Amino acid sequence: MHQILAAVFGPGFFASAQVRAAAAIGAVVAVVSAVTGVFTVMRGQSFGGHALGDVSAAGGAGALLAGLSPVTGFVGLGIAGAAVMDLIGVQRLRGRDLATGVVLGAAIGLSALLLFLGTTSGSATGATQQIMFGSIFTVPAGTIWAVTILGAIAIAAITAVYRPLLLATVSPDLAAARGVRVRLTGLLFMLALAVSVGLSSLAIGAILSTALLIGPAAAALRLTRTVARAVVLACVIGVAATWLGILLAYDSYYWGSGQRGLPVSFCVVAVIFAAYLASGLPGARPARRGLAARPATAAGRGISPMTVAGKER
Amino acid sequence: MFASFMTTAWVTATIVAVIAGVVGYFVVLRGSAFPAHAIPKGAFAGAAGASLLGVSTLAGLAVFSLLGALGIGALGRRGRNDVATALTLVMMLALGAAFLSRTSQYEPEIYSLLFGEILGVATSQILPVAAMGIACLAAVAVIYRPLLLSSVVPEVAEARGIRSRRIEITFLIIVALATAMTVPVVGALLMFSLMIGPPAAARSLTSRPALAMVLSVLIALATVWTAIAASYLYNWPVGFFVGALGALSYGVGRAWAAWRHARTRPATAPHPRPAAGSA
Repeated sequence: MHQILAAVFGPGFFASAQVRAAAAIGAVVAVVSAVTGVFTVMRGQSFGGHALGDVSAAGGAGALLAGLSPVTGFVGLGIAGAAVMDLIGVQRLRGRDLATGVVLGAAIGLSALLLFLGTTSGSATGATQQIMFGSIFTVPAGTIWAVTILGAIAIAAITAVYRPLLLATVSPDLAAARGVRVRLTGLLFMLALAVSVGLSSLAIGAILSTALLIGPAAAALRLTRTVARAVVLACVIGVAATWLGILLAYDSYYWGSGQRGLPVSFCVVAVIFAAYLASGLPGARPARRGLAARPATAAGRGISPMTVAGKER
Repeated sequence: MFASFMTTAWVTATIVAVIAGVVGYFVVLRGSAFPAHAIPKGAFAGAAGASLLGVSTLAGLAVFSLLGALGIGALGRRGRNDVATALTLVMMLALGAAFLSRTSQYEPEIYSLLFGEILGVATSQILPVAAMGIACLAAVAVIYRPLLLSSVVPEVAEARGIRSRRIEITFLIIVALATAMTVPVVGALLMFSLMIGPPAAARSLTSRPALAMVLSVLIALATVWTAIAASYLYNWPVGFFVGALGALSYGVGRAWAAWRHARTRPATAPHPRPAAGSA
């Protein structure tokens, strides 16, 4: 038994402070991302969720240059980007796609400039790679508190508008008829998404941010038919994938002779991707197809807007 | 600015702008902004892989952008591919991170592959870029009618016997082709800006497809040429100017459309917004 454990967990896995910090921050980010992710996938805003990561990374580059704290830069520009997307994006799906694209294009141009200025001023070697890829193993100790508190605020905001948000997601027309302020609810969700994505791309890098936002939620929505269960399941998948990925990355240092491990972002993403593919296997799905990830016509495919509306009162 | 070492930059930038203008028009029309962002960005991982294996960057980019297009097409369901796009993208980027961790010589190239190094294009690169550009335009010309129909009214296209899924995959492959040739020149991220801003502006100026495509190419050309000139003069990265001008052209297009809308229907909008009027 002991030998099996020793083979699974590389030497010093549990004793490593780095591993413990990574596991803690990874779990916090995975939970926050899973909660926002379920709504992101249901609303068809995966692009927005990913784009906000890049937008907030531009903020990170700016903060680096201006000497502000990274949290301010990441979350600040992320929120500004979400507001602009909401401002120029109409409610139609295609308009949203374009609005996201335009904001993303401008943000990319901005980060090209900021990273250029940052690297030529000499203060930030390797900043490009750090901001693009990040690493869960290099999170500063103080960041975990900022991530936890702001993440809790994002979850609280979503919980506060849970019912109207759900109704506006599943059937915007019915929600409007019921007096839900669809536009305002959507804006509030975008802001919560911006906070969540900004924090996760700061803490674990842009790749993992999108992976943890979309992957567990998409897998969970294929596996279950109620939203509440999907949220819980997404949290479980996200945390499990993060920890398994960290373990694999740690162990990979002892594979082969190179003594060069695999990056943790690769390991976590690979686990999430496998989980998503597995959730699509014939036996994994419930009898009827899972919660539809189609915002406009989700009504006919698993979740009924009437039940949502009924419970709203 | 027009010295001989700049000629290559002007020529390649012109080819890139024409491709981006044409392909981008369909990207905007189909609402495929996310795949158009994901394929170039994910293809960047292919360049890292190519550097690891010691094969040409162009080959790595081509293989990975095709893989990305096919991955999005295979995982995506009818008419909806944003989850599939996100997951394909992160998987490719994760592979890129794994490649990067195995090689150390690659690091300085990251910035230029992401944000472009248009002033550093070699003369020998013009020919492959031009050849792939022509292939791209030819592919668009061949499927022009069904592509347009399935982009604008997918239901009618289906009723006419056009396989929208096949069109979707073909279109993604065209985006992939456009990507592979342009990433070394303008960078993975800026190809996206160029495929969104100018076509979006063109679309708000006219609703006629052929005219919009011509306008889209013209705006893309103006954007790239201005960006190169400004970059040469002020020594700031080309990417910044491309991104800023792309967003600006979209803003101007939207304002012009709003102004025209207000003018043609004065009864419903008695107070045209001042911003729209001045644009």
